[in-house]
Amino acid sequence: MSRPKLPRKSTNIDMTAMCDVAFLLLSFFILATKFKPAEAVEIQTPTSVQKVKVPEKDVVLVSISADGKVFLSVSEEERRTALINELNTRRTLGLSAADVEVATRAPFFGTPLSQLKTSLSVPADKYTGATFPGIPAKDSTNNELIDWMSAVVAVYKGDKMNLLLKGDMKSKYPTFKNVIAAFKRNELLKFQMITNPEGVPEDSELFKTGQKTAQ
Amino acid sequence: MAEMDVSSGGGHKKGPGVKKSKKLSTRVDLTPMVDLGFLLITFFIFTTTMSQPTAMKLNLPKDTDNPEEQNEAKESGALTILLGTDNHVFYYEGKLSPDGSNFKSASFSGENSIRDIIINKKKDVIARHVHTASCQKLQGDAQAKGDTNWQNACADKDFVVVIKPGDESTYRNTLDILDEMAINVVKRYALVDISEGEAALVKISDQSAGPAKK
Repeated sequence: MSRPKLPRKSTNIDMTAMCDVAFLLLSFFILATKFKPAEAVEIQTPTSVQKVKVPEKDVVLVSISADGKVFLSVSEEERRTALINELNTRRTLGLSAADVEVATRAPFFGTPLSQLKTSLSVPADKYTGATFPGIPAKDSTNNELIDWMSAVVAVYKGDKMNLLLKGDMKSKYPTFKNVIAAFKRNELLKFQMITNPEGVPEDSELFKTGQKTAQ
Repeated sequence: MAEMDVSSGGGHKKGPGVKKSKKLSTRVDLTPMVDLGFLLITFFIFTTTMSQPTAMKLNLPKDTDNPEEQNEAKESGALTILLGTDNHVFYYEGKLSPDGSNFKSASFSGENSIRDIIINKKKDVIARHVHTASCQKLQGDAQAKGDTNWQNACADKDFVVVIKPGDESTYRNTLDILDEMAINVVKRYALVDISEGEAALVKISDQSAGPAKK
């Protein structure tokens, strides 16, 4: 008995289906991607079990880098202009209208007030956290963050403001303490700290109460 | 990988003199397109950030010099947690004894973890709780809020955790402890500056303990 002859098949595979899948996935990822906004410095946030989403509007963000530098950024451009104008009149920084315009476009602030004017001449591609010394908040006597925050309070008077604090895992506690001291001085008693989500341990009380409310 | 032209060879014969017109295949080779597609997919997978950051809320108490507004912590229900370098955690219950004998060391995970210590202390405080008239209001508030566990709302009212991060402790450890407060549902806790005596104790213990892993 001889084997029946198999018909010779072409080695070509129809790629159409695969192509369809590939582009379906591609379109999904394109739509789901949200590029991270430019940040002063790269900050590795610690983890927490919290589930509250970080607000995106009306954000006043104070960042603490790993080496303890403090930066401030404001999400809305109008507020930034108002903030700079406020500080300019309060502390007589001597900024011209053109300087204020440059400052409005700055992604963050991270210099002592005395150096703010010179920092504005830094070109955009060198405007990173590494270039600047940070807002002085080392101790309670020379805490310029208090001035910044009091100007922020004046700018946001009567409006909703989301005060966020983003600290690096490795930054030391005293910096954090001085930052919250500056908040307290301006009666900013509620703020949120940005963290990465983490699972709730399963035998903990929070997990049990969470389940109870879910039922 | 061009399409093979299979129509040229063989096939049925047309009449003599009829020129064979070459049949062009309509099929396009899609392989490069798929390659490109997957290349872009990998790019977007790597750039996308799926896990949205979350926010931990912290409400600070107002600084007050008025003793009437200050909260008194009962010594029996107080647990003080101190943070040192290299993820070291120390704690003592109640007041620190002058010779530092109740100053103990703990860790963030595994054996003797700070979580177990918080849980045990909380249980202990709840077990020793004596019902008083002032509790009625707390229970009533909890019931009004729709808390199913309202009967226990008052039992842990004496339980206070005092967090004292040392000057060398990290922001991460501070948040870890604040997170423990959320995990173990500690309602009353305070972030307090470390005193000099405690700082010295932490420093000595830090050096003797060696690096600890988180």
